[in-house]
Amino acid sequence: MKNNLIKATLAFSVLVFFGACKPKTASDAVSGNAAQKVYVAPGEHDEFYSFTSGGFSGQVSVYGIPSGRLLKVLPVFSQDPETGYGYGEDTKPMLNTSHGFVPWGDQHHLAVSQTNGEYDGRWLFANENNTPRVARLDLTTFTTDEIIEIPNSAGNHSSPFVTDNNEYVVAGTRFSVPFGDEDGDIPISTYADNFSGAITFIKVDQESGRMAIDFQLKTPPVNYDLSRTGKGASSGWFFFSTYNTEKAHTLLEVNASQNDKDFILALNWKKIAEMVKEGKGRKVKAKYAHNVYDHNSHSATSTILDEVHVLDIEDLEGVAYYIPCPKSPHGADVDPTGEYIVGSGKLASLIPVFSFSKMMQAIEDKKFDGNFDGIPVLNYETVLHGEVKKPGLGPLHTEFDANGNAYTSFFVSSEVVKWNVKTLEVVDRQPTYYSTGHLTVAGGNTRKPFGKYLVAWNKITKDRYLPTGPELAQSAQLFDITGEKMELLLDFPTIGEPHYAQIVPASLLIDKQKRIYDINENNHKYVVKNEDDTRVVRNGNRVDVYMTLIRTHIAPDNIEGIRMGDEVYFHITNLEQDWDLPHGFAVMGNSNSEVLILPGETRTLKWIPTKVGITPMYCTDFCSALHQEMQGYIRVSPAGSNTPLRYGTGDNAPKEE
Amino acid sequence: MLPEKGQLFENIQIMKSAQKKLHSTTRILVGMAGAVLFIALFVPIWQIQLTAPQYPEGLELFIHADKLSGDVKIINGLNHYIGMKELHKDDFIEFVVLPYIIVFLGVMGLLTAVVNRRELFFFWVIFFAVFGILTIIRFYLWLYDYGHNLDPKAPIQVPGMSYQPPMIGYKKLLNFGAYSIPVTGGWIMIGAVVMAIWGVLVETKFKKKKV
Repeated sequence: MKNNLIKATLAFSVLVFFGACKPKTASDAVSGNAAQKVYVAPGEHDEFYSFTSGGFSGQVSVYGIPSGRLLKVLPVFSQDPETGYGYGEDTKPMLNTSHGFVPWGDQHHLAVSQTNGEYDGRWLFANENNTPRVARLDLTTFTTDEIIEIPNSAGNHSSPFVTDNNEYVVAGTRFSVPFGDEDGDIPISTYADNFSGAITFIKVDQESGRMAIDFQLKTPPVNYDLSRTGKGASSGWFFFSTYNTEKAHTLLEVNASQNDKDFILALNWKKIAEMVKEGKGRKVKAKYAHNVYDHNSHSATSTILDEVHVLDIEDLEGVAYYIPCPKSPHGADVDPTGEYIVGSGKLASLIPVFSFSKMMQAIEDKKFDGNFDGIPVLNYETVLHGEVKKPGLGPLHTEFDANGNAYTSFFVSSEVVKWNVKTLEVVDRQPTYYSTGHLTVAGGNTRKPFGKYLVAWNKITKDRYLPTGPELAQSAQLFDITGEKMELLLDFPTIGEPHYAQIVPASLLIDKQKRIYDINENNHKYVVKNEDDTRVVRNGNRVDVYMTLIRTHIAPDNIEGIRMGDEVYFHITNLEQDWDLPHGFAVMGNSNSEVLILPGETRTLKWIPTKVGITPMYCTDFCSALHQEMQGYIRVSPAGSNTPLRYGTGDNAPKEE
Repeated sequence: MLPEKGQLFENIQIMKSAQKKLHSTTRILVGMAGAVLFIALFVPIWQIQLTAPQYPEGLELFIHADKLSGDVKIINGLNHYIGMKELHKDDFIEFVVLPYIIVFLGVMGLLTAVVNRRELFFFWVIFFAVFGILTIIRFYLWLYDYGHNLDPKAPIQVPGMSYQPPMIGYKKLLNFGAYSIPVTGGWIMIGAVVMAIWGVLVETKFKKKKV
């Protein structure tokens, strides 16, 4: 993707002259009081959280806005040795898929749950592009609580966008592929005949947030890029950008860029959901994993499901329409009123804005320009509100403020452009450093944007920071958008490759943050709530160590009688019930990671001894003044030896025989 | 304006007091004191607030008539560093006895108001006073014991240092600042004491007049 875009940059370098002005230098762009605007004094809090996708790191990062300070990296789709996520026995099932355990993911887009088209701050949905999955994070604990795999999909890019009352999270496939119940062992060149696209609607339980695939739409073999739910006037609809309507299967760079226009697919999801309820569609065999984490058992379970409900889009009448959109559209964004749909052709030099009411009129009048694989194609001119002329080159994404303005990122001309949605006049343009992909306005995808700040998530960094060898951090740029002109305030480096982000007012989340896990509610299979109950149990070559941690000792901290060939499971409960008192646990030479155990939590870490002798273990998270004393020893004897199993701490530690 | 009426009123009072009846003000005071004491059964009486650099949010220990509440577990966890005994409800006979005494004081107060006997009132006052003084002494000894009787194997040992929290007011104990004050139940008890003293004044004042 990045390579293609760089090639596109080169190809268009000649066209840069079409851009309105010569790029300014960074020093021109920053005004005098920018420092004051981003300064958050020690001990003060930022005004907004920015949940930022971690791209190929597979994780989600959380920044404070306006300071740009990294607050936390949340493990989602990749193993995280820092916390033990995906290493500990209790979190391993989170990364299970129909392909087995997948230790890594590519995380692109994020969606905060919504009520009435506004952020309700309950959950954060995250997509995984490579092995199609959608995750749900809880925003009281900032943990990944659920991951569902998307079958019949490949490259889950057009995801996870939510409807205005969390009815559905969608997952549109980037790659069309043969469906799981069809023979996939076929020549790739039969793409046009044998491949299909899939758009998945995941139902969200309004109470628990639990996800379940309600239905999948089987569509013509195009690529789905991005999508947005309708809101206000267009509530009940979904808009998906498509490309590769050429149905190319090789050298897409050229072959998928042939058609002057691709489509934005307008879907009446409410009607389709009713059809599903009425029994339309069929059950299709498909293997996919559904992983759920429980905060009382502090453990995850993975279930492999084997069936989805599929509807063929060409069989559905009056629910799907194509809006022609120039040059392989990337973003398909809906303004806060729901009336205007903005299509951003990656290779276009204008931005078409479509009118929802005109679209509805055209549908009523049956004004179609034929069909594409059985789906009616609307007439471009008929549904067009107007075009933003000469906005820049390579528009990608558009977000909105509450005052009728749109902000579009331009990769090729490397800038952010502010324009008026109604008049389609360009109001301001500011250069970015360099080549912005997504941009985020605080609440910019909701019915009521907060405005105030805009962050450009740039794809190219080059000279923006101290050089760090060939590999550089990605660069984000913060703009103040309260005035007529956008004002660059701050650069800050980011982890992985941020695609999209959601910027949420801190006030929405602060009061519901959990500080500890109540140990009385801990029902982990191997929990020990009292030091007196700690023990070591042998069962064949499996050894279970029921262990507790509290400032500042491990119980038991002397263990003897472990033998080579054993599989040792440490079930470690942190007995602390105090805020910010995690303990960590590590064993020398363990081919696993450490585990971090929050107050009241239990974690299971597996260890296979590799050497006869004494193996130290210790607490890895500096917990108190006597943290360095929080340690212990394990005696490993040769296989078959008869060293008795003995253990204890302090007066109870095994003594000389 | 109405000297006859005033005179009559006083005469009646003197008569009543002669019959060892209570002044009506005292009756109201002792009745009220008895009634509000019941509230002290259900709300915390005393609190110790602790702050430290790593506890900007502070820690609180509430002492009730029958239990301890607040951050008891956390405070116990911290106290083990200096070898202080753990605070456990079961280690205190007070938490068993105190509710009965409070109930007794409350019932006696109400009874005094109803029966309207002077000697009953003074019995109530004396009992209350003895109870109050003993409780304060117990509380002091309790704080002294916890602050001084430390585990000799404690990880942190500062020569000459003791950790007796203040009974009332503020004291710095290593990295912690301890601030000790009455809360709802304590203020109620103090209120009851004030009412008792007031009642005693009313009664003794009349006695003098009579003499």
